[in-house]
Amino acid sequence: MTAVTIMLAVVRRELLRAVRNQAEALYPLLFFALCVLLFPFALGSDTALLSRVAAGVVWVAALLASALSLEALFRADYSDGTLEVLVVGGASLPLLALGKALAHWLLSGLPVLVLAVPLGVALELPAAVLNTLLATLALGSVVMSLLGAAISALTVGLRGGGLLLAMLILPLYIPVLIFGASATANAALGLPVTGELTFLTGLVVLALTLTPWATAAALRIRMG
Amino acid sequence: MNFAVLHKYAALTHAYRLSRSLSPWLAGGCALLFTWGLVGGLLLAPADYQQGDSFRIMYVHVPAAWMSMFVYMTMAAAGAVALIWKLKIAEIVARASAPLGAWFTVLALVTGSVWGKPMWGTWWVWDARLTSELILLFLYLGVIALHGALDDRRAAARAGAVLALIGVVNIPIIHYSVQWWSTLHQGPTVTQFAKPSIHIDMLIPLLVMISAFQCYFGWSLLVRMRSEILAYDRNASWVRELGRGT
Repeated sequence: MTAVTIMLAVVRRELLRAVRNQAEALYPLLFFALCVLLFPFALGSDTALLSRVAAGVVWVAALLASALSLEALFRADYSDGTLEVLVVGGASLPLLALGKALAHWLLSGLPVLVLAVPLGVALELPAAVLNTLLATLALGSVVMSLLGAAISALTVGLRGGGLLLAMLILPLYIPVLIFGASATANAALGLPVTGELTFLTGLVVLALTLTPWATAAALRIRMG
Repeated sequence: MNFAVLHKYAALTHAYRLSRSLSPWLAGGCALLFTWGLVGGLLLAPADYQQGDSFRIMYVHVPAAWMSMFVYMTMAAAGAVALIWKLKIAEIVARASAPLGAWFTVLALVTGSVWGKPMWGTWWVWDARLTSELILLFLYLGVIALHGALDDRRAAARAGAVLALIGVVNIPIIHYSVQWWSTLHQGPTVTQFAKPSIHIDMLIPLLVMISAFQCYFGWSLLVRMRSEILAYDRNASWVRELGRGT
């Protein structure tokens, strides 16, 4: 099997699992929407204020949704022994990691991106800022899924798994958040955002190259 | 006779003995350097022309901040060795460093805050260096939490090593992104390449204090390593003999 086939097989399996268990696949999306929904209650319904903080709110909600949905990434495979079979059977772990991260992005990053449009509109986000938000979120969520896969592999099946994972992953998300939020702040002022987008693309490339190896090492340690 | 097993236990007993014989020297050096540095820094060094005597907290703050990064690098390097060569002693160093580094980070944050109050008029500002130091603390706490979450000591140490290495790749990214985000902190006064912008009478106690902190780290690392070694090898005969006091 070539590398691409292995990866696609992993992705296909994850997607199938999501199709057969649709309720669970919706959790991250619902969580994301609810998280955003809390802010008008916390800050008041003043549209000027909401419009100013909307991009940051969407970003933070996306980070939290990603962090919380990561817990399930390896859990099923861990508890039914699939993961052990894959590790012992000599499957290419970096490819497995890449496939898992891609599946996570398709199932949580991409839907969040789509849902960010109506939520942004509801929070009175100006069109130019919304476009920048979507562009940065698209790049940032790829980094989040890749980095998250590594931490998810490290913490799979541990006591306090979900919270521990969120605690380990959120500090690592900070650069993504900074570039994303500063791009939207620039867009709101009518300034160029190419700098931030370039940095985020750089982070995507870096994460794409390095994290599969970290995930593979983590899986070997946890299954060894 | 299984030589691998023999070698493994020999290495840890050897490390234990070495640590015991090195400890008093480091403790002595540490006491000496602390006395010199504190007297030099707190009593003999001239007051700052702008900050008065309150700059003297630098003699704790700067070494603590240096150590917070140095210890992280030590932990990550030991972690890399543990992952590549599967050396128990490297796992022990990585495990023992994490809480020490976290405390240095806390010390740097607290002294920085105490220094910030008279200088900037506030305990905390969302400034780049303060914020990256705070993030560093969370990276340490993550490693410590992961160590605690796994029951198998070896697996815990190796998992912590992977996390520390992910952190190492991220530290420069975090540092520069946070710097871009906002900065108020004064620039570094002591760099390797430029002539330091600090008077020599103030600089010498600072360098002494940094060595004192290094010595303290070395000493407490040895102490922590000894207890880790005993926990690793708790079922080995040499540890039992040690326990019986023979």
